[in-house]
Amino acid sequence: MPDTTVTNPRSNQPADAHAAVYRYDEFDKTFIFERVEQFRAQVERRLKGEITEEEFKPIRLMNGLYLQLHAYMLRVAVPYGMLDSTKLRRLARIARVYDKGYGHLTTRQNIQFNWPELKDIPAILHELAEVDMHAIQTSGNCIRNVTTDQFCGAAADELVDPRVYAEILRQWSTLHPEFTFLPRKFKIAISGAPNDRAAVQIHDVGLIARKNEAGEIGFTVYVGGGLGRTPYLGTKARDFVPVPEILGYLEAVLRTYNQLGRRDNIYKARIKITVNEMGPDKFIGLIEEEYARLPRQKYDLDPAIVEAIEQHFTSPPWENLPAVSEKFEAAKAADPAFARWTRSNLSAHRAPGYAIATISVKPIGGIPGDIEAEQMEAVADLAERYSFGELRVSHEQNLVLAHVKQDDLYDLWLGLDKVGLGTANAGLISDIIACPGLDYCALANTRSIPIAQEISERFADLDRQHDLGELKIKISGCINACGHHHVGHIGILGVDKKGEEFFQILLGGDATNTAALAEIVGPGFSYDEIVNAVETVVSTFVGLRQQGERFIDTLARTGHAPFKEALYARA
Amino acid sequence: MPVLDHGREIEDRWTDLADDAALPAEGGVIVSLERWRAERDALIARGQPVGVRLKSNQLATELADDLAHLGVVALEFPKFRDGRAFSAARELRERFGYKGEIRAFGHIIPDQYQFLTRLGVNTVVVPADRLGPAWAHALTEISIAYQPALQDHGTVSLLRRHLKPEVQG
Repeated sequence: MPDTTVTNPRSNQPADAHAAVYRYDEFDKTFIFERVEQFRAQVERRLKGEITEEEFKPIRLMNGLYLQLHAYMLRVAVPYGMLDSTKLRRLARIARVYDKGYGHLTTRQNIQFNWPELKDIPAILHELAEVDMHAIQTSGNCIRNVTTDQFCGAAADELVDPRVYAEILRQWSTLHPEFTFLPRKFKIAISGAPNDRAAVQIHDVGLIARKNEAGEIGFTVYVGGGLGRTPYLGTKARDFVPVPEILGYLEAVLRTYNQLGRRDNIYKARIKITVNEMGPDKFIGLIEEEYARLPRQKYDLDPAIVEAIEQHFTSPPWENLPAVSEKFEAAKAADPAFARWTRSNLSAHRAPGYAIATISVKPIGGIPGDIEAEQMEAVADLAERYSFGELRVSHEQNLVLAHVKQDDLYDLWLGLDKVGLGTANAGLISDIIACPGLDYCALANTRSIPIAQEISERFADLDRQHDLGELKIKISGCINACGHHHVGHIGILGVDKKGEEFFQILLGGDATNTAALAEIVGPGFSYDEIVNAVETVVSTFVGLRQQGERFIDTLARTGHAPFKEALYARA
Repeated sequence: MPVLDHGREIEDRWTDLADDAALPAEGGVIVSLERWRAERDALIARGQPVGVRLKSNQLATELADDLAHLGVVALEFPKFRDGRAFSAARELRERFGYKGEIRAFGHIIPDQYQFLTRLGVNTVVVPADRLGPAWAHALTEISIAYQPALQDHGTVSLLRRHLKPEVQG
């Protein structure tokens, strides 16, 4: 197989040498190839009938392989969303050789392929292993891929680099002997900054870095958050767990859950149900009892381990630049379309003269998060040219180049625009999160993707989108809530009513520090009515808003009543 | 039913006793937790090895005060997906310092075997029609572990350790 790593002509290093991804050592490589061979043997045993499909199911799920409506789906782990250009090119190759030429970015910062064949899976896993990637624990009742802030390592407000701890948790949770047959899946999110961009309160465990009075670093721990059919925000279990104790504390959380979580009903098996049926105080008390009796020294995180992992996530060699780039300012003045993109798709970087660029994978009328092999390769090239060969997948199903010189932003945008990835809509009404819905998913009640596409088309005018400001629409095709509708500013939930698709509108959700669950506004709308209904909500907002208000600000001020009235008064 | 130890079939020295079955005159028996509680003194006085089986919803704590009398604790997997016994094994070893045999029985698949041994389970009961090379093979497939467990060898550090294949024969 040809080596796809591109070498920077000015050095002997690959162009993504400075990308902050965890690089496998011999130990990791041994493991990952053993795991591929193990799965190869498991597939053979299944094909020979030595194990039943029921028994094979958790095995394939723990290797990322789902059986969907029409075909298998392989979900590849992108640990805490971090990629380099070598990995992205390999994903492009997999899309082209083993799939239909595209992949799909997920809300858990992973990428999935919708059409692989079972016989090809071991080969795909081998190709992934060659670039330090895998599909381990992207599904199944185990600890899933740890997610974090897509701006980590670049944001100004960061206390610790969450990738260091996310990687430690990735390793610790990989084939954990005790916690691989949990009552249900288990998702951990971690924020290294006090401003939570990782939505930690809607995870089974959420960690937010903080400093205590003594100046030590640790984490506030939330347990029992989650969306799905019974949404809960996490309960604070501990205000401060010092860094060295975090693995031991999580062992205590998981052991308590593994023993006491419900196994009689799949819909009541998540930790959020255990926490809330038992009462948070009682459950947290049990965690503390378990933690108190753990052999502490066995689990204490040695500072040497933290330091060793930190070496994988050092900052790239930023140049000393003036805070203002004249080239950037001139380009904005000359090209209004570029200027518009800079208003929605850039975030502040901690180094002067740099910016964080969000690449919208939500072209107008497109399928949210779908990206073609050619686009992946183009982005890999651009990442090498402008961002140290590093990129991230965000939970909002976009890509991020975290370290772009302001001087380079115009060229970057031109390059993105050429391949259909230059849309100026990050955080706006057409930057929609949508689950795969009935187009792919065996659990869905309704379609989700076409609704997203129609809303995107309806609000295609970018000037109008910018005028509306930040507005997050999140769509789920069933109550399992993979499209995060509970935390959408406008959430849309598809339900089946006597064989017909209906869509409920929820308002006021929020997945940030001010986390809140959206509330259903009233009876559902038919497929033909739902986009008009969204338009009604939006025009109501425009009529009510005061200077500088975002949609959720207006909603918080006025309450739901005027929106309800606008939606249902005519009926 | 065949019993595996280190991937190899061994002769079983235990008789698994139903609640209504009479105690044999000789030999070790495994009884339910309920029977153990009802007949504890008699079972100890019998002077023969005795063990207790726990259902997956019975925590290791239930036996905390009895472990000194028990030659084996048998953990049931009603369904292989029910992973509570993994924690029970770990609690028996790590929390209660239990040194006797821990066995797993019920619906178990070879792909769980290495997890079980890492948590201190010694023996696995496997129906005759499910025996095969997959069991011994399962202990050799992965030679690396990323977290501390109980019967690991070659500890490198908290997160990195080499596992020694525990296959015999």
